Amino acid sequence: MPNVTAIALIPLLPLAGFLLLGLFGRKYFKNSSGIIGTMLLLASTVLALYTAYEYFFVYGKVAGVYEKFVALQLTWLEFSPGVSIDMGLIIDPISVMMLVVVTFISLMVHIYSLGYLKGEERFPTYYSYLGLFTFSMLGLVLASNIFQIYIFWELVGVSSFLLIGYYYDKPSAVAACKKAFIVTRFADLGFLIGILILSFSGGTLDFATLIERLTSPESNEFKTAAASTFLGASALTWGAALVFIGGAGKSAMFPLHIWLPDAMEGPTPVSALIHAATMVVAGVYLVARLFPIFSVAVPGVLEIIGWVGAVSAIIAAIIACTQTDIKRVLAYSTMSQIGFMMFALGVSNYGGEAGLGYTASMFHLFTHAMFKALLFLGAGAVIHYVHSNDMKDMGGLRKFLPITHITFLIACLAIAGVPPFAGFFSKEEILLAAFHNNMAIYWIALITSGITAFYMFRLYFNIFWNKELPSSAKATKGKEGGFAMMMPLVLLAVGAAAAGFIPFGEYVSSDGKALHAHFDLSFSIAPVALGLIGILTAFWLYKKQNDKPTKLATSLGGIYKTVYNKFYIDEIYLFITKKVLFNLIGRPAAWFDKNIVDGLMNLIGNVTEKISEGIKKVQSGKVQQYAIYFLGGVIVLAVLFIYIWK
Amino acid sequence: MQPGLYHILFLSTALFFIGVYGFLTRRNLITMLMSIELILNSVNLNFIAFNKYLWPNQMDGLFFTLFIIAIAAAEAAVAIAIIINLYRSHNSIDVENAEDLKY
Amino acid sequence: MKGSDIIFYLLATLCVVFALLSVTTRQIFRAAIYLLFTLIGIAGIYFWLQYEFIAAVQIVVYVGGIVVLIIFSIFLTQQTGEQLPKQKLDRKIFAALAVFAGFALTMVQIYQHTFFETDEMAITPTVENIGKKMLAVDSGGYALPFEVISILLLAALIGCIVIALRTKTESK
Repeated sequence: MPNVTAIALIPLLPLAGFLLLGLFGRKYFKNSSGIIGTMLLLASTVLALYTAYEYFFVYGKVAGVYEKFVALQLTWLEFSPGVSIDMGLIIDPISVMMLVVVTFISLMVHIYSLGYLKGEERFPTYYSYLGLFTFSMLGLVLASNIFQIYIFWELVGVSSFLLIGYYYDKPSAVAACKKAFIVTRFADLGFLIGILILSFSGGTLDFATLIERLTSPESNEFKTAAASTFLGASALTWGAALVFIGGAGKSAMFPLHIWLPDAMEGPTPVSALIHAATMVVAGVYLVARLFPIFSVAVPGVLEIIGWVGAVSAIIAAIIACTQTDIKRVLAYSTMSQIGFMMFALGVSNYGGEAGLGYTASMFHLFTHAMFKALLFLGAGAVIHYVHSNDMKDMGGLRKFLPITHITFLIACLAIAGVPPFAGFFSKEEILLAAFHNNMAIYWIALITSGITAFYMFRLYFNIFWNKELPSSAKATKGKEGGFAMMMPLVLLAVGAAAAGFIPFGEYVSSDGKALHAHFDLSFSIAPVALGLIGILTAFWLYKKQNDKPTKLATSLGGIYKTVYNKFYIDEIYLFITKKVLFNLIGRPAAWFDKNIVDGLMNLIGNVTEKISEGIKKVQSGKVQQYAIYFLGGVIVLAVLFIYIWK
Repeated sequence: MQPGLYHILFLSTALFFIGVYGFLTRRNLITMLMSIELILNSVNLNFIAFNKYLWPNQMDGLFFTLFIIAIAAAEAAVAIAIIINLYRSHNSIDVENAEDLKY
Repeated sequence: MKGSDIIFYLLATLCVVFALLSVTTRQIFRAAIYLLFTLIGIAGIYFWLQYEFIAAVQIVVYVGGIVVLIIFSIFLTQQTGEQLPKQKLDRKIFAALAVFAGFALTMVQIYQHTFFETDEMAITPTVENIGKKMLAVDSGGYALPFEVISILLLAALIGCIVIALRTKTESK
């Protein structure tokens, strides 16, 4: 039984960092807040690694299965004897894996920010927000209760809001953080309704009990939930679909993806932590956590999940080919890769060999965290050097930023799926799972991998080769970033290179038993070939500066313009909200509120005032009037008492 | 017809309500005071009448009357003092001008 | 019709008429004089009722003290020759109505009530009896109210002087 205190400390140390730096940082810890935050997180990472070691190796398998524990269970809010919101820590393979991923990437970001944000005025605030985020994310992965995960879900949303809007004097940053929060909040409405439906049908909020009740076809809960229908789908289908909507919002799946590119307004380390490696995979984690329900009870929803993931992947890949802001390219790349993880879960079944998609998705999550964080941090180093986000202000930087160059190249090779880097192994497993289950999705995935390689190397060549740095560029012409910025890059590069060799199926699988992936070399030829074709195309178009890309763009004309404008999805959203929602619903509601609700209150006030004006004339200050009232009253009372009420 | 208790009570009631009418109607503070004296007198008449016709074995009514006369004198004196004070501040003893306790 | 009846009716009419005149006249000095006559009429009724002591006290205190006080205050505060301002008509009507209602109510109640007289021996209210009762300290004695009244009169005396005192600021 793993050490409960150690596990409980893992999220609590960043929380302590948040409170300490948030409350006292500006006064006492102006310069040392970074060190404090990093030290706390280092302790958390060590504890997480220790827990992983203990869980996977020391404690090991029981009857060939990694056990799920609930390490801590505190009843918090009890609605009825079965349904209560508990606070608990769940320990199972995916939560332990996520612990390692979140703490490690967060540690890298903490160290990197020591160099990137040095001299920043609100340094302690930044580290306190990072602590809050790490705490929320760790709470999310350790949640044993569906409502607890919702609570931490919202906390993660808030931290993301605070961090995106960190530069709060930039109007674009403010707009972006509002957009992120509102879109995810809107998706979370679906999540909440889904929670209510699922917990009502299952009669409990606890994950283990919920899964147990809603997946066995003989249980009463399953029968009632599957039987009651609404608009043609059973209650269970609605619940699961709504929960997925929440996950889709957080993971920026189409069409709830509009917030992710704008979220790049935040500082680059924030983008690395939140919008690449940890928060955006929360949706995938949620589906994985509830995977038995999705796969056994409502396989229809699982198919929808698969398609949503695939569509998101390919659309994002296409858009990424046209963007010039390097962070936006990486944002769309993230969306595409998460689409991969999502459809990997979508094509998976439960148990044994058929559960390959599950393992593949989790494996890709693990490796993606490494190379995507590396890509973002590398981009941050470039931006730090060039003081601009746009590709046209960059070029030929391989001479000035050697370490960044090598690590960025490793990451690009990993994401393109070139062996023996990590991305190759995880993508192979995903493609294998798709191949066995859904051929249409397999072809989409294959094409997307090719496009991925193309746009990533377009990015790479535009930054480090292509042209010489323009003389108008605002480069510092100084050194590359210091040790604080370079060390995380190197560590993550090692991870991106070596992580592929971990036999993931041994540790993480849909039912807990070991999964041995068959490695079919002939199967890998197609994806690797496509990847190399993508790289070569990018090489041909972008290594040296030429006009082939512009000629290509003009020849594609309208299509290129549509893709460059991100398929006009943002405009559609704006249209719906401004023209439809505001005018049809917002304005009448505002009119009603101002005239009728406020009017009623004002009316009550006015009536009271008029009555009181009338009554106050009784107090005229004239004694004789008072005497008349007195006499009249006495006579009336006398008549009353003598004649009427004997 | 022989005047008895009822006649005196009639008289005293009439005097009382005439005094009340004067109190409610007069605009001058001193005339209001005079009406109050009328009211007090009617009450005295009442007491004496009851004493003589209903309880001639006691003298309570008489003593009440005596004391009321004494008190009325004291009260009239105090009222005059107040009227004089009011006259000094408002320079008028019209009761309509003494509406300082208006809303 | 005995002589005493006629005297009573005369005195009663006198009282009522002069009272009415007192409350309605528009000249303040006349109102005081009418009040004086009303009080004398009431003293007369006391005489008719054979309560001579009270009648004497009435004349001495009321007529000779209070009305004189009122007349002095009239002199102190305004021109006695001018006419008093008229009261608003609706005030007069309301007051008259209320007063008539009250009068009617009271008279109806009085006439409907049967008064029971006592059978015991009557005490004549001579000065000697009054004096004995006034200073008696046994039950039925009025020594205590007598003392209280004297304190009240003292308080009234001092109070009047204090209220009507001309302070330094007012002596302009």
